[in-house]
Amino acid sequence: MSTQAQDQSEIFNGTANVGLRDARSVDGTDTRAIPAFVFGEELAEIAEHDPRVVVLTADLGRSNRATDFGARHPDRFVNVGIAEKNMITVAAGMASCGYVPFAATFGSFAALLGAEQIRTDCAYPNLPVRIVGHHSGMSMGFYGTSHHSLEDLGMMRCIADLVVVCATDANHLRALLRASMDHPGAMYIRLGRGRDPQVYNVVPDIEIGRAETVRDGTDLTIIATGSEVHPALDAAERLATDGISTRVVDMFTVSPIDRAAILDAARRTGAILTVEEGNVTGGLGTAVAECLFEAGEHVRFRRHGVPDEHVPVGPPAALYAHYRLD
Amino acid sequence: MPVPTAPTEPRIADLAERARFVRTETLRLTRIAGAGHYSAVFSCAELLAVLYYSQLRIDPTRPDWTDRDRFVMSKGHAAIGLYPLLADLGYFDPSELDSYTRLGSPFGDHPDMKRIPGIDFSSGSLGHGLSICVGMALAGRMSGLDYRSYCLLGDGELAEGQIWEAAMAASHFRLGNIVAIVDANQLGIDGFVRDIMAAEPIDARFAAFGWQTRRVDGHDIGALLELFAGLPAEPHGPPQLIVADTVKGRGSARMELNPDWHVGNLAGADYDDVMAELEAGLRPREAE
Repeated sequence: MSTQAQDQSEIFNGTANVGLRDARSVDGTDTRAIPAFVFGEELAEIAEHDPRVVVLTADLGRSNRATDFGARHPDRFVNVGIAEKNMITVAAGMASCGYVPFAATFGSFAALLGAEQIRTDCAYPNLPVRIVGHHSGMSMGFYGTSHHSLEDLGMMRCIADLVVVCATDANHLRALLRASMDHPGAMYIRLGRGRDPQVYNVVPDIEIGRAETVRDGTDLTIIATGSEVHPALDAAERLATDGISTRVVDMFTVSPIDRAAILDAARRTGAILTVEEGNVTGGLGTAVAECLFEAGEHVRFRRHGVPDEHVPVGPPAALYAHYRLD
Repeated sequence: MPVPTAPTEPRIADLAERARFVRTETLRLTRIAGAGHYSAVFSCAELLAVLYYSQLRIDPTRPDWTDRDRFVMSKGHAAIGLYPLLADLGYFDPSELDSYTRLGSPFGDHPDMKRIPGIDFSSGSLGHGLSICVGMALAGRMSGLDYRSYCLLGDGELAEGQIWEAAMAASHFRLGNIVAIVDANQLGIDGFVRDIMAAEPIDARFAAFGWQTRRVDGHDIGALLELFAGLPAEPHGPPQLIVADTVKGRGSARMELNPDWHVGNLAGADYDDVMAELEAGLRPREAE
């Protein structure tokens, strides 16, 4: 079997990735560029020279490709079975002994089921645990609300001493994972659709907490995060044909948010639209609004995302179109 | 560093004195706070004394020593009984305890690993401690270290589902370097554990999960010393569970097996009466 065929076989083996089938037919994304699929590989590379890295999964190693790490570092790979709360607290115990554990599961189970473990066992003791919530947002499509993670940004960003970041694409995830090794405290790393098209041609030089302006403009700023950065760039391109010059800011760190970048965008463009793949209540848009109003910046402002409702069942691409997030 | 030795009368007497110290200090500190968990400490006073003065491989001059035994007080509300022991062992100056629960104090009702030398993990939310120990035990194995991870659990706490997630993991990974102790003091907040959500048979339940189990009178220092001395040193063997049969509130007649005393405050003559009772040391219970 060719490598590519093996990749495809593995994608469709895990139920977690069935939703990708239609996505691939829509945009033909190269599987190797899917953020979730460089997760294990990149960590395996980091672990070659950093003995602190361990990876935990809760019976989703095939879905999140933690198995790529496990194949190269079996002695530092832990599968705890379908027990997400245990996984997060076990990771905290390991972190207290000097390791930097990456605990990965669906965003819904990581952030919603594991919220208290993240707060009490990881963030409060300020331990370097990395909670990786993948297939977040509504990327699980027709699996429905139990598997959707629309509340995670809002929930995670109200936990003190927890850095909340979203991976924009595969290259960006590599950069995030590398940068995370230098952060002493806990992090929630959100992987979006699992098929995010490329925004960064190379692994970007990022700083956690510093937003990236990925397109300059003068009339409007779109502040997006994770899976919505690429659609924001597409929208900016379309607006340009209507004569509207649009700046696009990749706000990949949702907490602590880059206030300077928000205020700069407000003053230079006078209008801000936030875009996120999640419930608009409490997430990125709310964080930007708090910043603007507290600074007295009364710009034109709108939040775009999923309204405060449970989304219907449907293939991911259909859901993105339904909510105009594509 | 304490080294386990055969139980002798003077040794048992010394540890009984330490347990008495745990109880009287708990009374003193609770008076500063105005309320506290007396009875949950009284049930594990002997356990704490035996662990800290005999069993744990620790060095108070090096609280971050990588090869130290870990101790996770999963029933974190008994921390008020642990603080005086840590001070007595030299982890910090005993006078620091006078700030107990005051604004900004390192010493709250539940232990804070960031601020208190000798606390290996912050706890308070019941049901988490055994998972912490699984993580510590896996880390020790990965690092090639032979320390043990000890966990002190309550019997009421066993209703938390995460305990059983961790119990499965500990036996699946053959973490013989974990020693979990259930302070089976019989009471929760709302009454007897057997009425609220029965935990027994605790030993049989853990045995079914793949643990090696033992049962002991948790107030019998000689029995505890013998039991701990007999724990197998098999880091890849089954995890070890000890059910310590105890009495919540042990040492104070008014508190023993009395659910009204889960959290309480002794004032005036009541405080003096109970302090005198505790200073006299344990007496046999009427039923015994």
